Amino acid sequence: MQKDIHERNSNSPSGAGGYSNTTATLALAKASFRSIMRSPSAVVFTLAFPLIFILVFGFLGGGGTRIDVGITPGSDVNNPVMGMLEKTGMIRLVKDKSKAEFDKLLEKGNVDAMIDVHRKVNSAAYSVNVVYTSASRDKGGILKSVLNNIFYDKTLKPTVAEIKESTITGREYKTIDFILPGQLGFSLLSTGVFGTAFVFLSLRQTLVIKRFFATPVKRSSIVIGEGIARIGFALIGALFIILIGHFFFGFTLVHGALTVVNMLILATLGVIVFMGFGFIISGIAKNESMVPPISNIVTLPQFLLSGTFFSIEAFPSWLQPISRALPLTYLNDAMRKVAFEGLGLWDVKFQIMILLLWGIGIYAVAVKVFKWE
Amino acid sequence: METKKAIISVKNLVKKYDDFVAVQGLSFEVYEHEIFGLLGPNGAGKTTTLEIIETLRDKTSGEIIVDGFSVDKQPQDIKQIIGVQLQAAGYYPNLNLIELIELFAGLYGANIKPMEMLEKVNLQDKAKAKYKALSGGQKQRFSIATTLINQPKIIFLDEPTTGLDPQARRNLWDLITEIRNAGTTVVITTHYMDEAEQLCDRVAFVERGQIIALDTPDNLIDKLVSSGFERKKEVKKANLEDVFINLTGQEWRE
Ligand SMILES: Nc1ncnc2c1ncn2[C@@H]1O[C@H](COP(=O)(O)OP(=O)(O)OP(=O)(O)O)[C@@H](O)[C@H]1O
Ligand SMILES: [Mg+2]
Repeated sequence: MQKDIHERNSNSPSGAGGYSNTTATLALAKASFRSIMRSPSAVVFTLAFPLIFILVFGFLGGGGTRIDVGITPGSDVNNPVMGMLEKTGMIRLVKDKSKAEFDKLLEKGNVDAMIDVHRKVNSAAYSVNVVYTSASRDKGGILKSVLNNIFYDKTLKPTVAEIKESTITGREYKTIDFILPGQLGFSLLSTGVFGTAFVFLSLRQTLVIKRFFATPVKRSSIVIGEGIARIGFALIGALFIILIGHFFFGFTLVHGALTVVNMLILATLGVIVFMGFGFIISGIAKNESMVPPISNIVTLPQFLLSGTFFSIEAFPSWLQPISRALPLTYLNDAMRKVAFEGLGLWDVKFQIMILLLWGIGIYAVAVKVFKWE
Repeated sequence: METKKAIISVKNLVKKYDDFVAVQGLSFEVYEHEIFGLLGPNGAGKTTTLEIIETLRDKTSGEIIVDGFSVDKQPQDIKQIIGVQLQAAGYYPNLNLIELIELFAGLYGANIKPMEMLEKVNLQDKAKAKYKALSGGQKQRFSIATTLINQPKIIFLDEPTTGLDPQARRNLWDLITEIRNAGTTVVITTHYMDEAEQLCDRVAFVERGQIIALDTPDNLIDKLVSSGFERKKEVKKANLEDVFINLTGQEWRE
């Protein structure tokens, strides 16, 4: 019911004394930032959770061994060598991808080696050509010994004439390179959603905002001031996570500081989009105890389905379209590409565009449901 | 009575909450540099009236001018020259008093020293305390400090002494009188008639959204006495409140 009054306010000249909206906005940002830094839940969600996951996964390493071996396009597939490899249970053969796709996977270590089997000219015996990648030395080593066993296997020996081996160089893709961007994305999601929802709901309910409205401050200053504080806090958290990951767990930053800057720009975009969810939730929640359940409806599916822990390619195919609809999926994807593949922001424009679309949609709803009192 | 300049003028103010008429055609003026009291039973419409003047609520109809500014057209200008203590209000969480004052200084665009503001209400010892950790009286004093930050021409105090001990009330009266003597107009609501009698230059009695009496406390009392009213019991030379103050001394209570 106050709405029209305040809209009229914003049109009127700011009156005597040259009232500064910037001063007011910055004063709010400073207050909000101080308040966030002293709020245990904000610190736990933004820093402690992601760091715990990174620690756990950082020390666990890859977990159970499974070796992905790509079959070079054009290779013979019905031969005893491949049969034996599959029987070991450790090796998964990856078929039906183009040479270019395999090269990429190989370089990143998503595929641990390539195998090419051919019948030798004028002979019943096979020639086996194996290409390892330095991106996955450990698994390559395991494959090597598996192949050696096979080569000396009595039943196979007559049919396999030779094994040719070579190694291509790729960047080493570690578990941390996958886990950290996912954790970072989730940290931004929880800071944006929970933090924003709680703050605006409680400022409204404890009549802090009402008292603000008795001062000349504009509504936009309140929103922007809170936003600056939250983004600042989220970025400090992100920087902290990236640096710990890099220096303690060997998180790959292809272009060093530039990569960090790119990641922080993505983080800013991400947290702005996620704050939109927070504004919506603060508007529809009737009291503070309703915030966590509603927030979880937003964050949990993204936590599970947006490639935070597992690549979404590992999901059943019916789940994948859902994953591909979620904004966090695209933030995670862009983060990984920027951090590990060293892509620039322009190269992840598709992901950025999807995030922007989400942002527009979310804020369109937020403007409708947000309540000031 | 000498002519005084009205700094607030309210004409035919009406406020409806859906079907319920909370304020029905209030008209009054507040003069410059006076302490003006709004008195009346719970639910009479005092807070509603104040918050409409403070530009915090919309009115249904009527006309309000505050220091030459119209509530409809220049609410932003009004906010610059008033200080507001709400009957119920909260302060930004996790901040100490100094930081809260800094925040308000930014919101008002005022250049002040936070510690000096706290000294005015004798809270300098609590500078590093959180608002939540203050006693009721300290909270009220802090609220009053926040109304002074922009050196307002008018301050509105909605039941500032509710819940305070007799001594704290008296000290708050002194503070309010000082503020008025420094040139600020004060509009106050209270349920304590002794307070209104001591503090206010003029009072308006509001009931069911209408003003039923408006005059100086002296005139109102004289009128009642001349109508033949007498107190049932002969009053003693002192009352229990005098005993309280005599026993507990004059200092601010922490
Ligand atoms: N937001 C609201 N919606 C509906 N009715 C309201 C609202 N605010 C106040 N009222 C009603 O308007 C009437 C006047 O309320 P108001 O708060 O102005 O009274 P008051 O004189 O300040 O009382 P008190 O002495 O108890 O503070 C009350 O009957 C109250 O129930
Ligand atoms: Mg009231």
